[in-house]
Amino acid sequence: MLSWARQTFPAPSIRIDRFSPVAVTIDNSPDTIAPADSGLRRLAMRSIAWLQAGPMMLVFALFFLLPLVLVVIVSVWDYNEYEMIPALSFRGYTDTFEGCVANLPELCTILKTYLKTLKLCLLTWGLTLLIGFWVAYFLAFHVRSKTWQIVLSLLCTIPFWTSNVIRMIAWIPLLGRNGLVNQGLVGAGFVNKPIEWLLFSEFSVVLALVHLFTFFMVVPIFNSMIRIDKRLIEAAYDAGASGWQTLVNIVIPLSKPGIVIGSIFVITIVMGDFVTIGVMGGQQIASAGKIIEARLSALQFPAAAANAVILLGITIIIISALTRIVDVRKEL
Amino acid sequence: MGDKRPRSFYILALFFTAYVLFLYGPMIAIYILSFQGPDGGLTFPMNGVSLTWFGKVFSGGGIVDIGAAFKRSLALGLVVMVITVVLSVAAGMAFRKPFRGASVLFYTAIASLIMPSIITSLGIALEFRLIDDFINKHAADYGLGWLAEGHTTAMGLFTSGLGAHLTWTLPFGLLIMFAIFNRFDGRLEEAARDLGATPWQTFRHVVLPIILPSVVGIGLFGFTLSWDELARSSQAIGSVNTLPLELQGLTTTVTKPDIYALGTLTSAVSFVVIFAALSVILVLQARQRRQGSDAGKGMV
Repeated sequence: MLSWARQTFPAPSIRIDRFSPVAVTIDNSPDTIAPADSGLRRLAMRSIAWLQAGPMMLVFALFFLLPLVLVVIVSVWDYNEYEMIPALSFRGYTDTFEGCVANLPELCTILKTYLKTLKLCLLTWGLTLLIGFWVAYFLAFHVRSKTWQIVLSLLCTIPFWTSNVIRMIAWIPLLGRNGLVNQGLVGAGFVNKPIEWLLFSEFSVVLALVHLFTFFMVVPIFNSMIRIDKRLIEAAYDAGASGWQTLVNIVIPLSKPGIVIGSIFVITIVMGDFVTIGVMGGQQIASAGKIIEARLSALQFPAAAANAVILLGITIIIISALTRIVDVRKEL
Repeated sequence: MGDKRPRSFYILALFFTAYVLFLYGPMIAIYILSFQGPDGGLTFPMNGVSLTWFGKVFSGGGIVDIGAAFKRSLALGLVVMVITVVLSVAAGMAFRKPFRGASVLFYTAIASLIMPSIITSLGIALEFRLIDDFINKHAADYGLGWLAEGHTTAMGLFTSGLGAHLTWTLPFGLLIMFAIFNRFDGRLEEAARDLGATPWQTFRHVVLPIILPSVVGIGLFGFTLSWDELARSSQAIGSVNTLPLELQGLTTTVTKPDIYALGTLTSAVSFVVIFAALSVILVLQARQRRQGSDAGKGMV
């Protein structure tokens, strides 16, 4: 059941594991248990497995599953200016969609916000996919020595281990009104006065999102590509396929699982993002995540929860559509 | 595919180089700018070179108590690291054999990984708010009046904050463990068992030494992901802030390069941790090559 995940899930650790010289063979041998005392031993084994996995399950239960359930429950609670009231009410939802029907055909705030979020999401997804695919392709097919593969992979991974906020702030000296880009453009005479939309705009938001999250695309796609049997590509080459034909008919189809997994990462991150959009948008751009944050700071917990449920629903729809396109489990 | 590099190699090599520049260029820019002279601004050119802004950060001049946030983040990061390593290794061992609940745990971990952070954060905030409400209203009913007395909130760095960070680091730890055991030769354990080793001895003297480099990797993920965590902490950390939260707050108010100095210092910690971890991994692997048995050699 779990084998697909074990074998091919993009553990972002490939870099580290690749160091490991201990890889020998894959253990498929079932554990042999003496039949005589099997009942007792199996019980002991099972309780050991639970003792081992239990603590992690407990953490997830307390800090992930229970909170999720509470979000759904609280989303149908009532609230006033300063507290939530445990009584069934759909105010959280009705407040959110206020004016959506009345103001037609004009789009209401929530729909506009979601459309804007989807647009940012789509742009980021397209760019991270394009960049991530070719970076992974280069690493998987063009870098021949293992050592170089490790070094270059690490080079791509190190920024992931550093702070996202700093990587956002880092754009200020480049894109600001007096930033390097504007200095260059004005200096070269391309524009008369500095371009304003470079920073604190949708442009800078997408740029920062691509900057931060292409990594999530590179790892799974690389992981898929590295598993492609190189003889397939040689066979295609020998059969006279052009590079383009090989790419379209062999590499891309076989990289699909990685592409889908990377897409799920990027899309879920961007749909719920409020930090990058906040910082890089100069706190001026609304997004699905920022609505929740705003409701929270107004202490309207049920409204925040209702928005979280809506966001969750949309995210799940997108993910299931993606996994429908490629049956991840079958492909792996 | 011959030995001669095809033209696509050079094009993609150029593309890759551009990507790496895109990754590092902006970061390097702020590292340089954090040494801006006393009269310098947020952008190039450099107006002299000085340590003014680092001094500002250390003296706390003008900015919130950075030192305290620094220590809080460090402490939380270390705790998250230890818990992530222990729980991931334990759970990873469990997953080597099928057990009831395995797929539930696996899918929960994946869901936790891809769940939009704001939702997790909101959920934890709600959870602790409800706990607080309950204590304030009902503790006295159960003869626990002392609990409500002076109770403000159960939220805190090492309660809700720790939980929020773990929902982010544990999935990574678990996936790394999968990758490790995917390549692990189970016959080594069988051999140990045949020689009379207890399960604990097998783990302690056979399994652990082999997986240790990767376990250091889990620690690296645990610490760095916590050290930089922002979205999940945002609503669930309580009254005190971690360093990334302070930094985010500063982005809207600060107009001086001290924010770059702070960014440089924060990154310095990350880099020290990253290179320490990578060095340890390299040393461990070198030792394995030198002292490890020849098991498996010639079988691949």
